[in-house]
Amino acid sequence: MKMDRRSFIIFSLGAGAGITFSPLPWKLTDDMAIWTQNWPWTPVPPEGVVTHADSVCNLCPGGCGITVRKVGDRVTKIEGREGYQVNNGGICPLGAAGLQLLYGPWRVQSPLRRVGKRGSGQFETISWEDAIDEVVKKLGDLRVKGQASTVACITGLDRGTVPQLFDRFLKAYGSPNFIRTASAGDTYEFALGLMQGATASVGYDLERASFILSFGSGLIEGWGSPVRVIKAHSVWRSGNKKDRATLVQIEPRLSNTAAKADIWYAANPGTEAALALGLAHVIVKGSLYNADFVKNYAFGFEDWNDSKGQNHMGFKSLVLSKYSPEAVSKITGLSAKDIVKLAQDFAKADRPLAVWGRGKGTLPGSLYECMAVHALNALVGNINKPGGVSTRPEVATQAWPEVKQDSTAEVGCSKPRVDGAGSNRYPLTKCLPERWPKEINENGGTIQALLVHEADPFYTTLDSAAVAKAFDRIPFVVSFSSYMDDTAYNADLILPNHQYLERLEDFPTPVGLQKPILGLLQPVVSPQFDTRHVGDVLMTIAKGIGGTVAEAFPWDNYETVLKETMGDKWHTLEKAGYVEADYKPPAWGKAFATPSGKFEFCATAFDKAGMRISKDMDYLPHYQPIQPEGDEATYPLILMPVELIRLADGFIGNPPFCTKTLEATELKGNELFVEVNPKTAADYRLSEGQHAIIETPKGEGKVLVHLSEGIMPGVIGMPKGLGHVGYDDYLAGKGVNVNSLMGVVEDPISGLCATWGIRAKLTSVLS
Amino acid sequence: MSATEEEKKQIVAEGEPAQKHVPGEAAPEPGKPGTWEFLIAIPVFILGVVVCLFVGWVLFPAVLYCEKQQPIDFSHVVHQEAVDEGCESCHFFREDGSFSGIPKLENCSQCHEEAMGEHPEETRLIDEYIEPGKEIPWLVYASQPDCVFFSHAAHINMAELSCGTCHGSIGESDHTRPYQYNILTGYSRDIWGWNIAGIKKNTWDRMKMDDCAECHEEKGTNNACFVCHK
Repeated sequence: MKMDRRSFIIFSLGAGAGITFSPLPWKLTDDMAIWTQNWPWTPVPPEGVVTHADSVCNLCPGGCGITVRKVGDRVTKIEGREGYQVNNGGICPLGAAGLQLLYGPWRVQSPLRRVGKRGSGQFETISWEDAIDEVVKKLGDLRVKGQASTVACITGLDRGTVPQLFDRFLKAYGSPNFIRTASAGDTYEFALGLMQGATASVGYDLERASFILSFGSGLIEGWGSPVRVIKAHSVWRSGNKKDRATLVQIEPRLSNTAAKADIWYAANPGTEAALALGLAHVIVKGSLYNADFVKNYAFGFEDWNDSKGQNHMGFKSLVLSKYSPEAVSKITGLSAKDIVKLAQDFAKADRPLAVWGRGKGTLPGSLYECMAVHALNALVGNINKPGGVSTRPEVATQAWPEVKQDSTAEVGCSKPRVDGAGSNRYPLTKCLPERWPKEINENGGTIQALLVHEADPFYTTLDSAAVAKAFDRIPFVVSFSSYMDDTAYNADLILPNHQYLERLEDFPTPVGLQKPILGLLQPVVSPQFDTRHVGDVLMTIAKGIGGTVAEAFPWDNYETVLKETMGDKWHTLEKAGYVEADYKPPAWGKAFATPSGKFEFCATAFDKAGMRISKDMDYLPHYQPIQPEGDEATYPLILMPVELIRLADGFIGNPPFCTKTLEATELKGNELFVEVNPKTAADYRLSEGQHAIIETPKGEGKVLVHLSEGIMPGVIGMPKGLGHVGYDDYLAGKGVNVNSLMGVVEDPISGLCATWGIRAKLTSVLS
Repeated sequence: MSATEEEKKQIVAEGEPAQKHVPGEAAPEPGKPGTWEFLIAIPVFILGVVVCLFVGWVLFPAVLYCEKQQPIDFSHVVHQEAVDEGCESCHFFREDGSFSGIPKLENCSQCHEEAMGEHPEETRLIDEYIEPGKEIPWLVYASQPDCVFFSHAAHINMAELSCGTCHGSIGESDHTRPYQYNILTGYSRDIWGWNIAGIKKNTWDRMKMDDCAECHEEKGTNNACFVCHK
């Protein structure tokens, strides 16, 4: 029989029938469906014993308690720690994404030495011994040459044992240049020093406040200790209408906080101080202030005479003469009626509280603006009161033995700081982290070696071009980062620290908290790579240098340092994971350590510090506009950074989980959106989704345009936290770094960066 | 020279079909070639059916599944005799209620730190795993896919099912049986069941979603997707 066409068709029909009655098609269909669900690259949670361990998150100054869920030795989830005084079970997107920072590809896995051109990202792996030897040799040589004072160190915090070890190292080594990243907290500390004579951080009793007046603070966008503030926001929003707190937001953009507020006022940006003083005018004029506080515990409210009998203007005269609602209306753009109503509502509330610090509070801001807002708090008498604002000390710990300095160290430490802090011009300022690049580039300042710990100055310092130029003039940059951040990427040597889930360290009281609480970072997982604790590494370097530098570190290892520092608190700290201090803000009679012993509306501490203040007004909180850089003719618009809780913009790069949550009107592929009002867009012929070039006096970048009625005409909002060069493909090259477009405008008194925006222009380009 | 009339007729005749059907004439009689072809079609059809049944029922399972042997030939019988608490002696619930599953090496080491007898498999256990401290790479017959959340506590402690309801008589085995896995999905053959048609006689013959759902249906338990697919 021959297989012709007809036979073949008949055979095929039979085959079809046979296959149908066999399990093959049905089983194969099932298997193929399963096969598509089992791609080999799909991450699979491990199986094994589930355990939980408590620690503290250090990804921002918020210091939340965390509980880490582990399967075997693998961390599988980070949750907020229940019952922790700061966040009580809550966690923010960045904290939850901390796992990606632990296991992500941007970890620095061993000591690295740069081999290519700086910034090329070419490194070679070296041993710990070689890495430490290299630092010892370099720092040893500089010391021998009498250049000890040219070594600088930048850290993220200055509280806590590890930053203190760096400070101690520089003291023993012979350099005054311990620099720490600045924030709005610095300006507030400065204001508290002037007005209350306190050396303490600010604490807000947010939970008990009943009327919150926010001067641009992104209360649900990561301001303060983010989870704590969001929880406080929930408290304000709970209860019936009568019991609910009132939230008023002053901001030029409809942020989430503004959207959630009871009233949102879009005042002209940079005029917040004028508004605060306008409110003060209404409160003073209507005698709505706390008369007991103002009369008995405050100085400089009324006009006063100094010891020479010379008469000086008081706060009352200033605000009554210069900040009438009508005058303030012209400055801020708000109606006089609104200003009067807001002032009355604020002053008549049970527990009013004015909060300050733009966005997340990452930029220090204007000192007088901060003082004006603090003066509002003083007027309503909420200083050290429930629902008010207070000074908050740290948990007391054991002091370390005094550093014995040799002559090199003494000479080095007596030299002026490279950032100008503590100089005759800025005698009351501790650090000026935005200022050192300018000193190096323009004023002949020198840094021969820079040590960077838990800070990313290359990325976060404003005016990136100037920072890069200054970096080029520093021959030796050492990063202790656990991640390949932008500074590490541009460093000569990376000595990677254990990641925060792998190490032991104390964490100082979270920013803005009214109670002192010291948390403990615990190694909840064994080190994943060839990393070492930075405390141990620093002590090894000190011992390598020898002499009094080595003697300054009599401890065997960092753990001993921590235990000795904590003293009798160590047992509680180890067991509970935190220590709280029993602290109650002092009563008004004992609260103020100013020259007058009272709350000073008029800051006479300027005289004590030897600062030359010529005009009466300069002792008082007043409106001194911080002008954005650039001329209006060339740059008709104003660029302001927008801070989002879903976008980390500090020394931690945004993890992929968080980047995924950015909206399609914030980031599209690698392109960043800027937000502009449709009116502005019409003026410059821009449309939704169109490409544009944003240009400022400091730089330019290509962006996409997003139109929003929620931003003031003439203002451009740009998300802050993108445009990294370090990290990896999940972050590097995405968007534009807003810091690279901004410049540093110094506060005339503190020298801190008072920048809030910069003049800009937006030009449409064809896609 | 033109063709003759006869030649023309011939050409016309050749151009016509050989068996032109003329309406009104009778159909071809039986025994002629067309009928024979119809009969030969039946065995060809059957051949197609048989070949593909063979492929589907015999060849396909043979190709679809690969076989591996367990790292150690383990006897449940021997161990059941030596322990007091039955299955739970080694397959226990942890303090937090999670199930330990296949015992870790640490469990084995509690008794086999040193040899208890002379069985060659025990010697291998000690030499290859216990002494070097290497976990035994057991092949898990009942391993469910990662998209399934399965709680032993809910089934054993709350629903009071016996181990055998799903695992059959494995606790009575004297030798480990070969482990077969699907080359496409990587799943153990026990999930689909050893019967390639998926026909089951006992509750433990298959562990597919339908089997879970069937039992949930019978017991009146929630059968919503999220119960197992979190």
